[in-house]
Amino acid sequence: MTLLSTRGLAKDFGGLRAVHNVDFDLPQGQIRALIGPNGAGKTTFVGMLCGRLTPSAGRVAFDGADISTLPAHKRIRLGMAYTFQITSVFARLSCHENVALAVRRRHGDEASEVPAALVRVGLGHLEQALAGDLSYGHQRLLEIAMGLAQRPRLLILDEPTQGLSDSEIQAFKALIRDLSAEATILLIEHNMDVVMATADRVTVLNFGEILAEGTPPEIRADRAVQAAYLGTG
Amino acid sequence: MSDAAKILALHFGLLALLVALQFLLPAYHHGNLARIMVLASYAIGYNLLFGYTGLLSLGHAMFFAAGMYGMGLSVRHLGFTPAPALLAGIATGLALSAAFGALALRTAGVAFMIVTLMFAQAGYLIILYFGEYTRGDEGFVIQQSQRVLWGIDLTQPTARYFAAFTLFAACLLLSLQVIRRPFGKTLIAIRENEDRARMLGYDVFAHKLGAVILSGTVSAAAGAFYGLLFGYAGASFATVQYSILPLLWVLLGGAGTIIGPFIGALFTFYLIDIASGLTDAYMAVVGVVLLMLTLFASQGIGGELRARVWSWLP
Repeated sequence: MTLLSTRGLAKDFGGLRAVHNVDFDLPQGQIRALIGPNGAGKTTFVGMLCGRLTPSAGRVAFDGADISTLPAHKRIRLGMAYTFQITSVFARLSCHENVALAVRRRHGDEASEVPAALVRVGLGHLEQALAGDLSYGHQRLLEIAMGLAQRPRLLILDEPTQGLSDSEIQAFKALIRDLSAEATILLIEHNMDVVMATADRVTVLNFGEILAEGTPPEIRADRAVQAAYLGTG
Repeated sequence: MSDAAKILALHFGLLALLVALQFLLPAYHHGNLARIMVLASYAIGYNLLFGYTGLLSLGHAMFFAAGMYGMGLSVRHLGFTPAPALLAGIATGLALSAAFGALALRTAGVAFMIVTLMFAQAGYLIILYFGEYTRGDEGFVIQQSQRVLWGIDLTQPTARYFAAFTLFAACLLLSLQVIRRPFGKTLIAIRENEDRARMLGYDVFAHKLGAVILSGTVSAAAGAFYGLLFGYAGASFATVQYSILPLLWVLLGGAGTIIGPFIGALFTFYLIDIASGLTDAYMAVVGVVLLMLTLFASQGIGGELRARVWSWLP
């Protein structure tokens, strides 16, 4: 079953064509990686999926319903979660409250679910710390905990491993595989090692258009992708 | 003691102290404190929007005046007794803040600030325009006979003190409850990071509108009590000065703290009172103290208390 799909999705910023005519289908339960060079339109594309940006043209459907005109908060309520590329935690609130805000919105049990989400990303010991005092890598993990705590059906992660240490990246890979049982995951990722280890399928964006789509080995072997992005080395 | 117990002890302790002071204070300070409690209630209303939601309004005088005139005009022209008149004042503030919020919240940041200023100016001019009913700048007195609530003469100092105390206690406990509940916590989240709150699925506009209505209605309640307890309604209460004052009280007392508005109103009142006893240039003294506070306690007195001593201060 297709959880998310777009048809003819496009975004222009003035004269700049950031995303052009993208048809995209994401089946339920899949881990999909979205890769592409800087400026390929990845963040713009997911911004239109979750309602942060209004498309210039095209439709977005989630779980069979057209959500093209829904505001962001209503899309989130349908079961999407979005973690920001540039960390966007509530810096002056505790880690607990950051995650609790995610739990409370869907009337979950704050007392049990908040610690559980923090433990799952490895921040269990920092529950009472102020989010703004955490290291950059820990703030990224807190973002992911806020994503998990929403119990989303679709989790959109925008460059989640940026700024994480090697050991944190290893833990992140395990977490993503673990999560795939509960949620469909759309992962924007630069770290090819993470992409190859976690993704079921990969979509490559280049100049705002889909250049290729396939399994990780197919993408690795694709000449056009190599030329545009991966390098030939 | 748990944090929750400390919070209750502090706020109920303050209320108990205010009750005790009624029996202890000399007449002059007794009268002052009654006035301060009403003004602090106004500041509590302002703080809900500015301190907790992060929306800077330069037009709250319109809500204060809406309460005052909603109460005063219904006494003067409709012959209302104090209880329904107070309700009329509060209802006026509720209606005004709902209409205002629905329009003004389409803007954000500096534009919102300017829109609040414009609305308040329009409110002031409306009071002058309908001078036939409002008596404009001159205002009108509410007679002693019109200020008897359930057989209690509100012109008597003790009755007036307890009426002011009742309003203040209600506003204080209301704001404490709001902030400890999910709605208030979401307001804080919106203040801290509006985009993030939206991307957690919160309807930011609806929450902001709720905050404007709550803030405007509390401010109107303070305006209605002020007019009734001190027996006068005038257009000066709708001027920009009465929009700036609550901002000042809240900044000094500590924006985003429950007791901050009271501390700020108390501090400013006595600062002006004492300075004006020393010199004609008392505003210069006030200015210097304000500068000092801004330089050395930028989070206000309540904010510094939270940062240095009471980390649990809500």
